[in-house]
Amino acid sequence: MTTTPEKATDLVSLTIDGIQVSVPKDTLVIRAAEQVGVQIPRFCDHPLLAPVGACRQCLVDVPDAGNGRGFPKPQASCTLPVAEGMVVNTQATSPVADKAQQGIMEFLLINHPLDCPVCDKGGECPLQNQAMTNGRGDSRFSAGGGVKRTFPKPISISPQVLLDRERCIVCQRCTRFAAEIPGDPFIALVERGAQQQIGIAEDAPFLSYFSGNVIQICPVGALTSAEYRFRSRPFDLVSTPGVGEHDSCGAAIRIDHRRGKVMRRLSGEDPEVNEEWITDKDRFAFHYATQADRLTYPQVRDRVEDGGDGSLRPASWPEAFAVAARGLAAAGGVGVLTGGRLTAEDAYAYSKFARVSLGTNDIDFRSRPLSAEEASFLAAEVALRSPGNGGVSYADLETASSVVLAGLEPEDEAGTIFLRLRKAVRARGTRVVAVAPYATRGLSKLSAQVVRTAPGAEAAAIAGLDGVDAGSVILVGERLATVPGALSAAAALARRTGARLAWVPRRAGDRGAVEAGCLPNLLPGGRPVADAQARVDAGTTWGVDHLPDAAGRDADEIVAALVSGELGGLVIGGVDPDDTADPAATRAAIEAASFVVALELRETDVTRAADVVFPVAPVVDKAGTFVTWEGRPRPFEAVFASPGSLPDVRVLAGIAEELDRPLGFRTILEARAEMQEMGPWDGERAGHTAVDAVPAGGDGFALATWKLLVDNGSMQHGDKAYLATGRVAVARLSPAAYDAHGPIVTLTGDRGSVTLPAEPADLDDDVVWVPANSFGNGVLAGLASPGSRVTIAKGDPA
Amino acid sequence: MTTLTPVLTDNWGDERAWTLAAYEARGGYQALDKAFAMAPDAVIESVKESGLRGRGGAGFPTGMKWGFIPQDNPKPKYLVVNADESEPGTCKDIPLMMASPHTLVEGVIISSYAIRANKAFIYIRGEVLHVIRRVQRAVEEAYAAGHLGTDIHGSGFDLDVVVHAGAGAYICGEETALLEGLEGRRGQPRLRPPFPAVAGLYASPTVINNVESIASVPSIIANGHHWFSSMGTEKSKGFGIFSLSGHVQTPGQYEAPLGITLRELIELAGGIREGHELKFWTPGGSSTPLLTAEHLDVPLDFEGVGAAGSMLGTRALQIFDDTTCVVRATLRWTEFYKHESCGKCTPCREGTWWLVQVLSALEKGQGSEADLDLLLDQCDNILGRSFCALADGAVSPITSSIKYFRDEYIAHLTGGGCPFDPSRTTAWAGQEVTA
Amino acid sequence: MIDQKTQDELREIAARYPEARSGLLPMLHLVQSVEGRITPEGIELCADILGISAADVSGVATFYTMYKRRPVGDYHVGVCTNTLCAVMGGDAIFERLKDHLAVGNDETTEDGRISLEHVECNAACDYAPVVMVNWEFMDNQTPESAVQVVDDLRAGKEVHSTRGPRICTWREAERVLAGFPDGRADDGPAAGPASLVGLGIARERGWTAPDAHLAVTSGQEEGQ
Ligand SMILES: Cc1cc2nc3c(=O)[nH]c(=O)nc-3n(C[C@H](O)[C@H](O)[C@H](O)COP(=O)(O)O)c2cc1C
Ligand code: SF4
Ligand code: SF4
Ligand code: FES
Ligand code: FES
Repeated sequence: MTTTPEKATDLVSLTIDGIQVSVPKDTLVIRAAEQVGVQIPRFCDHPLLAPVGACRQCLVDVPDAGNGRGFPKPQASCTLPVAEGMVVNTQATSPVADKAQQGIMEFLLINHPLDCPVCDKGGECPLQNQAMTNGRGDSRFSAGGGVKRTFPKPISISPQVLLDRERCIVCQRCTRFAAEIPGDPFIALVERGAQQQIGIAEDAPFLSYFSGNVIQICPVGALTSAEYRFRSRPFDLVSTPGVGEHDSCGAAIRIDHRRGKVMRRLSGEDPEVNEEWITDKDRFAFHYATQADRLTYPQVRDRVEDGGDGSLRPASWPEAFAVAARGLAAAGGVGVLTGGRLTAEDAYAYSKFARVSLGTNDIDFRSRPLSAEEASFLAAEVALRSPGNGGVSYADLETASSVVLAGLEPEDEAGTIFLRLRKAVRARGTRVVAVAPYATRGLSKLSAQVVRTAPGAEAAAIAGLDGVDAGSVILVGERLATVPGALSAAAALARRTGARLAWVPRRAGDRGAVEAGCLPNLLPGGRPVADAQARVDAGTTWGVDHLPDAAGRDADEIVAALVSGELGGLVIGGVDPDDTADPAATRAAIEAASFVVALELRETDVTRAADVVFPVAPVVDKAGTFVTWEGRPRPFEAVFASPGSLPDVRVLAGIAEELDRPLGFRTILEARAEMQEMGPWDGERAGHTAVDAVPAGGDGFALATWKLLVDNGSMQHGDKAYLATGRVAVARLSPAAYDAHGPIVTLTGDRGSVTLPAEPADLDDDVVWVPANSFGNGVLAGLASPGSRVTIAKGDPA
Repeated sequence: MTTLTPVLTDNWGDERAWTLAAYEARGGYQALDKAFAMAPDAVIESVKESGLRGRGGAGFPTGMKWGFIPQDNPKPKYLVVNADESEPGTCKDIPLMMASPHTLVEGVIISSYAIRANKAFIYIRGEVLHVIRRVQRAVEEAYAAGHLGTDIHGSGFDLDVVVHAGAGAYICGEETALLEGLEGRRGQPRLRPPFPAVAGLYASPTVINNVESIASVPSIIANGHHWFSSMGTEKSKGFGIFSLSGHVQTPGQYEAPLGITLRELIELAGGIREGHELKFWTPGGSSTPLLTAEHLDVPLDFEGVGAAGSMLGTRALQIFDDTTCVVRATLRWTEFYKHESCGKCTPCREGTWWLVQVLSALEKGQGSEADLDLLLDQCDNILGRSFCALADGAVSPITSSIKYFRDEYIAHLTGGGCPFDPSRTTAWAGQEVTA
Repeated sequence: MIDQKTQDELREIAARYPEARSGLLPMLHLVQSVEGRITPEGIELCADILGISAADVSGVATFYTMYKRRPVGDYHVGVCTNTLCAVMGGDAIFERLKDHLAVGNDETTEDGRISLEHVECNAACDYAPVVMVNWEFMDNQTPESAVQVVDDLRAGKEVHSTRGPRICTWREAERVLAGFPDGRADDGPAAGPASLVGLGIARERGWTAPDAHLAVTSGQEEGQ
């Protein structure tokens, strides 16, 4: 909610508690009062939800409505817009308002249990606080022998969320949130009068990707999470702001911790980004960092060829640095794969490490299907763009005349974008057009017009879109990389119509990695590798006179070169082979590499195969910056000071020093300072080499897939209740294909088979959709490559 | 002496009065042609001039309400008839729709024509099966006779009417809650503004009127607004149905000009029950503060009853004689409000829960005199603090009964229980005594 | 399992309205007419047809008192115990019926014939005390007459509303409420006696509303 007036003419002046104040027209009195420092008590009011005026706690006296006449009765300030000349007296100056508020408070408490000492909300409860500052000391209700309303104890409204109906004050914040914000009205008011309560339909739990927000906005302790319930008390917790590490949205979060342990995470407030909402993934998925397989010390392999037994053993940091440096120096050509989870500072360290310490451009952050077209697109159309600098912002989504989504399912892949789009659609009727295989639930909640497109046909579909104009925004997802010509078509569409274009990757570190130059064709700050000037410019900051000028290999080429022996060494951080375009090839590459240095949080197939393993710090243990898909930096501080938990920056600096080609920094702050010093490239940008579309087609079914928000991703390990809220893995088929093959189908691709329950949806008859990482080792490892063809057989219902 | 003025009730005694044939036989649907000969705005003007004020309780001028419909709004306009009649004591719309549903249907057509609505809804409380049958049938007949549908009477005006049965919720008489019910939602009142005239049903301009208000329209058009305003008092024009119930000799419907007094009505009803005296009464349903014998000569119009500290409401005159315990009566009404509170807002939802507990204790003779002040303080914290007028109505019986009968409350406390014998209040009590 | 015919009728109800959701109240009446109560299946079906969540339908179904979650008997007997009827004898009638039927409020007799409930004012106070049977008026009841009514109903005898037709079953009544008329609108009188008392007096005494023509003239005179 912005209250900054745009034009002086829109201001309305009124008097609140004797103080004159001018606020924009349509401001509600409750918020105007905040401007003069008066906090009117409230429960149902929430600035991001439509007003209801249900709790009546915010009553004020209005002796003059602005027309010389007053309201005979106290008014709810959360539903009353200001008027010129209005006079408002709050509880601070009006005995009428004060008594009205006291009366409401008394009513709210008559049926409220006295279990604050064991309530999760105790200590941060608006009702408790209000009762203590404003309520009566004694209860006239219980003094008179009043009988409280009781309900059997908490009920589960989802695997994660519990409802204690006795505590509920039926303010409707949760139901309004569910209906208005994500559009998941699976909780509703049920019953009537004093029995009114929040409920779900039988067998229809409140499964929303955003369900945790209701726990946070509940003004009492009626909603709790299975995960956090009874785990701690607010006053034992220390809060540190953070940034969501699960997607490229950059949502502000608040991390509440106690004695070195994260107890829970909440949404932070960032009006520019996530307002006050986060996905359940950002809220609940944090146990991955404390799993038993977390690496805590460096390891080196006693290599058989050096007379060892071939196993990994613990090593000191200096030894590990030295062994890694020696091995890389001897490997004869090293590739660097960084994964998409890095902070901007860590990514910068990798980028410099590759160029300065290893002397190569063979670096790529893309640990998923990719293309050269994409690298060119990123250099030309993405790098260096940011809000105010040619980039699209969240706010732009709200004002756009239309928004095109291509290769992007916002509800699953970018929750904050999804919510912003819903806001735009609800408030302004913004037209959303989606180039997608079918009308997903998420798209229907955006009232999106779906341009049904089979995987592989996106380029043609984008080229054929109409109704896109200079006020439009085009959002392309990283999945388009696999469709030849699709990103080129999007760029062309933007150029042709004047629409603005943005790329939405899935991971928190992706966009920062582009800016840091973790690409074979880009140096930090958008400097094209191919541009000698740009190389000189980067070299100057780095104090080296020569940077490698040969175009580097991308991730697929690095993998191929390792397999073929053209490259011998590999530095790999945060890459799950099963996420890559060809998991088997990636595993083979690691196997084939003569020397592998792995930087990882937890033990993985990669660390088990590596020659040197460095544990690296999870985000809670380090400061850093995530760059949102918009190009907006969102820095954060370390939550814990864990001296043994080192960021990638420090590890790479250690190896670089042993290589005698130091990075020149060891800490995040130093890296950050150098990034700033280098700054963005102000020379000519790389141009985009457009790629032509390739006609799609073939036998069988084209495979459409993406990752659901809640799935088997390793960063979601550890919270059973959260995982239980995930959507069941199903294969979606056209009704005709469903009739032919359902209700259980076996899909077979070139990498394996899977049997899943099927559901009909509005897909083309020769397209099948499955979630990318909700069964087995995922689609890439166990079925086929996205866009390729699979066969379907009637599954065995066993 | 004020005389009765049967207009709406005039045909109720006719043979098969509910049928189209009977209605047309006495000139029914002729006002329609008269209206069609007028411009819609002229119809509105005429209703304005008549001084007709809403018969659903609040007494808002009907023509003025129609005039609020923004005709430049491109959305469709709707007429919604409030046939939820659930206010305790109120029993006029139901017999009207049972006996002469065509009066309502004709009123609906004229009113829709005036506000330029092509779709109208009659929202009838669900608990009156036969009334719903009759209205359904009347609408069917009207379609068949060309009074509904397209190009009605060759006027070029189209109208469809849907008869909609509610499902048991007093609050759906409140017009915005009614709209919620009609939209298939929980009947909980909406924020105002926007007012229904601007954004009502489906967020479109909507007029909501009581059955009796709409049913009065054909007579106004047929006989002229002067005719209508020649009846009644200065600011409360016309006739209305007065519903007498309880301890009078002949309870029933009495149609009279506004301004008639209870004394006159009771006299027409043959007096209070034999051997008893008037003790307290509601002028317009249980939501209107109780009055007593001292108010027998209050003119029953909006101003008169208002000046006496109550409200004309729906002219639902529930008459209680001296056998009735006012605490029992008040408790029962309070239980009603608790049962019917929609639950949306705190003071009504929680307040009625508490009020019932305090009142039941008092009725049993438990508690202390201080509880009366507690009750009044609770009422003060509810009245005007709630989301809608239901809660205001809920405190009316309590505050007014304590005002007039404080001693009777205290007698419960001192006597350790209710001093009244409930068997003496019943309809058959007198007979048992004589038997 | 709700049959196809009912499903079609549910859709038909929704189609009566400019916005389908408006059909929900009558649709739930229809669910009751075939299921004997509001069932989870009925809720889901309505939700499906209207494209809203089952939670929302559930919220509606639990708001209105005419929707029942437990099976209702063939005859739903509602005794008005709002203040006026209570005072006039409704309380005594309700007590007697509870005793006689051996059920409590909102309960059904073991034979599944009669459900007893106390109801709020049913807009027939001039006929107090009032009992509603399947939402038909039984006016001016006494404990004895009410017992007779329920006994007759249980015995399968034909019972008529005091101002209406023969009492049908609760399910049949619910169908009419859903907007499917049963063709019995013409049964019964136009009005009961209490509805006509004022009219009777007026007729007797020759009282009428003013003559329209005279009123216009006098009105015009006033205007001049
Ligand atoms: C709690 C409550 C219940 C009401 N019940 C009814 C009702 O049953 N019938 C009715 O016509 N008006 C009822 N009203 C009044 C309506 O809100 C509305 O004012 C009326 O229908 C307008 O019609 P009128 O102007 O023709 O009177 C009720 C109001 C409240 C607050
Ligand atoms: S559960 Fe919490 S947020 Fe939801 S209505 Fe109850 S008090 Fe409000
Ligand atoms: S006063 Fe509040 S709780 Fe009561 S009926 Fe109105 S809105 Fe509902
Ligand atoms: S905060 Fe205003 S009514 Fe709840
Ligand atoms: S009080 Fe029983 S019908 Fe009105």
